[in-house]
Amino acid sequence: MKKVWKTYQRELILLGLLVVLLIGVGIRSPSFISFKTFDAVWHDSALLIALALTQMLVIMSRGIDLSVAANLALSGMLVGLLAKAVPGIPVIGLLICGALSGLVLGIINASLINFLEIPPIVASLGMMSVYRGLTYVVSGGQWINANELPVGLVDFPNARLLGITGLEWVSLIALVLGWFLVHQSRFGREIRALGGNPNAAKYVGIPETQRLFVLYALSGVVAGMVGVLWVARFALANTEIASGFELQVVAACVLGGVSIAGGVGSVLGTALGAIFLTTLYNALPVVNVSPFWQTAIVGVAILVAAIVNQGASRVKGKTILRRA
Amino acid sequence: MTENSRSNPVRARAPFKISSLLLRWELLLLMMLAIVMVLNGRLSEYFWDAANLGDATPIFAEKGMIALAMALLILCREIDLSVASIMALSSLLMGFAAQSGADWFVLVLVGVGTGTLCGFLNGFLVVRFAVPSIAITLGTMSLFRGIAQAVLGDTALTAYPESFGNLGQGYALPNLPISFVTFLILALCAGVFLARTRWGRNLYAIGNNPDAARFSGIPVARYRLAMFTFSGMLAGLSAVFLTSRITTTRPNIAQGWELDVITMTVLGGVSIAGGVGNILGVVLSVLLLGMIQFGMGLINIPGIVASIIIGILMVLAIALPPLIKRFVKPGTKS
Repeated sequence: MKKVWKTYQRELILLGLLVVLLIGVGIRSPSFISFKTFDAVWHDSALLIALALTQMLVIMSRGIDLSVAANLALSGMLVGLLAKAVPGIPVIGLLICGALSGLVLGIINASLINFLEIPPIVASLGMMSVYRGLTYVVSGGQWINANELPVGLVDFPNARLLGITGLEWVSLIALVLGWFLVHQSRFGREIRALGGNPNAAKYVGIPETQRLFVLYALSGVVAGMVGVLWVARFALANTEIASGFELQVVAACVLGGVSIAGGVGSVLGTALGAIFLTTLYNALPVVNVSPFWQTAIVGVAILVAAIVNQGASRVKGKTILRRA
Repeated sequence: MTENSRSNPVRARAPFKISSLLLRWELLLLMMLAIVMVLNGRLSEYFWDAANLGDATPIFAEKGMIALAMALLILCREIDLSVASIMALSSLLMGFAAQSGADWFVLVLVGVGTGTLCGFLNGFLVVRFAVPSIAITLGTMSLFRGIAQAVLGDTALTAYPESFGNLGQGYALPNLPISFVTFLILALCAGVFLARTRWGRNLYAIGNNPDAARFSGIPVARYRLAMFTFSGMLAGLSAVFLTSRITTTRPNIAQGWELDVITMTVLGGVSIAGGVGNILGVVLSVLLLGMIQFGMGLINIPGIVASIIIGILMVLAIALPPLIKRFVKPGTKS
């Protein structure tokens, strides 16, 4: 029991908070606690989960990818334009196109970070403006509306298979792949090592450049596919889609116990972080809190999570001098 | 964030050569500025006009002020993502003060005071809980902006007295807006502080190696706290000028400015890894970006397209110096 607590401390705290949130909202409005809410939250959180899981790997490696939302918008727009120009491409084909577009953008990020040695925060910040601007350029500022998109694509997110919606399936796949990649594969272990102690990782022979290159390319691929799903879900592609979403993605990671300092993070925690955020968004209107409070509450949640996590993980080093 | 691959450049070289290297970067910025000015003149006949040029300055001077503080923060390995949200909160409180009939002087105090308090809160949280500043300021970015959104909803505050509007719209000298002159004065102060005082040297020391700085007796935490507070203060001041210029407070005021400010800082040659950079570079990059945006506005290029060029510039700004170094053999004089 003690071991379980020690290993899953962050996840359990977050789960507790989630339960408290649900009970709190449930007292005010019992109808919130229902299968319908569960279904809606799961559906809504799917894309956030997919992006947060890849972002978690990036943050674990001591990096950050702020360009995901812009990559999402550009890839979504490109696929939207493609679907509009060439009707009849199946959903899976569009998803592959989105993945390819995302891959190209991810490789640009990866090259800047690994070959030109630009700090990830700067490279991804710069490319964020570039990709967002390109979205405007390729679309000429025009919107792609539901009637210009293939019916199959627009129906996919809500279509149910075995009672589970398309997006919910996506989140399941993301969780299984994420769990395998982060906790079971050599790649995940090496990324964790690179984030935990880059020098030690290099001395044991982990090829830093190559691993990080793959990581940022992967982040691009996921963003590209999420872009297609985003366009499908909202049946709309324009320059502004998912604007600022990168912050929610990072927030889900921080809430989920991923340390910005690198090396720490778990799939379960990050998924819970994403679900917690989505539950909060869904709960506010139910308890008659203006949705305008959403941003502030998320801010407090990030601050508390960051401070609590830091306190839980701080290793007391030998202090010769009083903290200056 | 990445301290591995770009190890401290100061340790390996003698001071003289660093300064010559930095000088080269500033020369490059100056040359780019000259090219942009000439190009702008070619593109539009309205560019070389003292009144036009003067009126273009407030937009980047307001961001530039914050970039000065951001430069000092990034120099000691911190970052403040919340500056634009601090502006929103400052503007909000100024709006309420104006509604209750405060005159311009009180409004300035309210704006700068709010910013200073917000900055202090950032610094306190970072220093007290030893959390990376990117996480803390990401949280406060959401919190401060969220408060403004929650209070205002989709309304706006516009009850500003006429005397207040003069601040952001008025001129200190013919064709020189007050905000631009303020920016220049602040830049001079920051430049002298950084280059000519012991405190400035200490900032470089902290940025190069915080542990070594602490062990040599520099109160690192106090410097960090001071720099965050300063950043909040200048964000508040910037909010004063912006609010006064547009005489409206909306919850989305200055949204996304933190990215512009960081771009200005990084393009100015301040290294995210800490310990490298100076104010002259930041001022030049503020002018450069301002002129690029102004020129693009003159020929009706939408802001979002301009952001492509600015994004590329920012990435190039960091990629170029090491590339140049790779081709110019170490030890050769420039």
